[in-house]
Amino acid sequence: MFVKQLSVFLENTEGRLDEVLKILAQGGIDLLSASLADTMEYGVLRLLSKEPDRAKQILKEAGFAARIDEVIAVVVPDAVGSLAKVVGMIHAAGINISYIYGLSIDGEGAPIAIKTNDNAKAEALLNAAGVKTLGMEDLQ
Amino acid sequence: MIWNEAKECMSRDEIEALQSARLVKVVNRVYHNVEYYRKKMQAVGLEPGDIKGIEDLDKLPYTTYQDLRDTYPFGLAAVPKSEMVRVHASSGTTGKPKIAVYTRRDIDIWAECVARCLAMAGITKEDVIQVGYGYGLFTGGLGAHYGAEYLGALVLPMSTGNTQKLIDMMIDCDVTSIACTPSYLLHVAEDLEKAGLIDKIKLKSAICGAEPWTDEMRDQMESRLHIKAYDIYGLTEMMGPGVACDCEYHKGLHIWEDHFLPEIIDPATLKQLPKGSDGELVITNLTKEGMPLIRYRTKDLTSIEYDTCECGRTMARIQRFRGRSDDMLIIRGVNVFPSQVEAALLTVEGTTPHYMLVVDRVDNTDTLEVQVEVAENFFTDEIKSLEKLSKTVHDKLKQAIGLNAKVKLVEPNGLEHFDGKSKHVTDKRKLYQ
Repeated sequence: MFVKQLSVFLENTEGRLDEVLKILAQGGIDLLSASLADTMEYGVLRLLSKEPDRAKQILKEAGFAARIDEVIAVVVPDAVGSLAKVVGMIHAAGINISYIYGLSIDGEGAPIAIKTNDNAKAEALLNAAGVKTLGMEDLQ
Repeated sequence: MIWNEAKECMSRDEIEALQSARLVKVVNRVYHNVEYYRKKMQAVGLEPGDIKGIEDLDKLPYTTYQDLRDTYPFGLAAVPKSEMVRVHASSGTTGKPKIAVYTRRDIDIWAECVARCLAMAGITKEDVIQVGYGYGLFTGGLGAHYGAEYLGALVLPMSTGNTQKLIDMMIDCDVTSIACTPSYLLHVAEDLEKAGLIDKIKLKSAICGAEPWTDEMRDQMESRLHIKAYDIYGLTEMMGPGVACDCEYHKGLHIWEDHFLPEIIDPATLKQLPKGSDGELVITNLTKEGMPLIRYRTKDLTSIEYDTCECGRTMARIQRFRGRSDDMLIIRGVNVFPSQVEAALLTVEGTTPHYMLVVDRVDNTDTLEVQVEVAENFFTDEIKSLEKLSKTVHDKLKQAIGLNAKVKLVEPNGLEHFDGKSKHVTDKRKLYQ
């Protein structure tokens, strides 16, 4: 029950982020969450939306390199140490976390996106420990 | 000072008679000793007897770097290995280098040619000279070194890579002359200025080569270092540095016509052009024993002047290079072909991404940026994978061309495409005026 994340390669030049967001807005894509991982010269913009496949097509037509990956959307309970517990469980299972970022989705707790080298195993062990994860249907 | 007046100041008639006699000899030698040349001549119905002098030069087939590649490593050698004493090499269009082989006599002649050039730059046995070219397969280091020793100067074989040591010893040893690339010398000048050491040096002259340079660079070197700077030309295939050099009048590079027979051709029609025309420089080795090349296409575009120079030398002068008839770049003295970069990129992910080489000169040092398009098949959502891609590209390029390039990942379609044929080079240096 993963969510589909759209990532876009962007050069670190003025106005690129603005441009990509405008193109998506013009295409009627409703963005649920955005996170930018940046380096000196380029960045990877990671987006969650209700229509990731259509969003990718729009960007592709506009000449951007975009791709879709599955990430785990974890609802971290609103309590001290919850995130540490979630990460600790994944780490204890020998799974590597590639990246984490917070999601701005309404609902209970603090939702985050986690990409690991074994999403299926990570999600299963989180669910087994009673940690809730979201699927695409939860984003609709 | 003229090192070998008997040769350097011969009359035009004497030069041509000597060239004719030597051409006949070398054509005979390659015909009988080099199967590749014999077949090439036979293919156009030529026998050695058909070449009676330089007037018959244009009957002979050309030699190109493709021939060097096809015959790598010793296919064009005209002597057995027992007579060879050295190999040098420069980068070729693909993995294999272009190599040159030398007999003992070739090394001696080379040393004399370089000595003539150094003497032209006013260097004598009283001078202390630093050789700041790389020592190794590259001809720059050992070529300049043997020439300077032949002249009797005191040589400091610095090689490349340690500017601080070069500066320290330049001051400590009262160095009066330096042989290195022009861009490196400007880099040295900058370091000397920064350290406030300009008035501590005794440098009088510099012999710069291995890459094209401009009058503006000469002005900079001369005014910043208070020296005289001379341009030395050469190519590994023919010998190495010292094929030609400019005198104090800077009216072109005197080519040692008793050893190298120059001509200008039209690179499109491949026809020899009349004296004074603009075109591609083609050179024939007249005396080389190890691997004499007949009508080697240098791909350098220029013209040649034959009148006697104010310095007294009669040896013809190669004029300013106007560019190349191929796509070779010279970056920090290293020959780079875009096709090498393409081949290296192909090994990264099994497919060639769109790319662009951006060559510039920053603080007098050549820079190479390789922009690689991150198309969908190269893109991942993880920064570490992208960084790894950059590093892999960097390492592969280093392996292929021997240069540390800055790799820049760019968006797809960010690079210009022309009808499926991409433009792959942007050279921001103004090397050819």
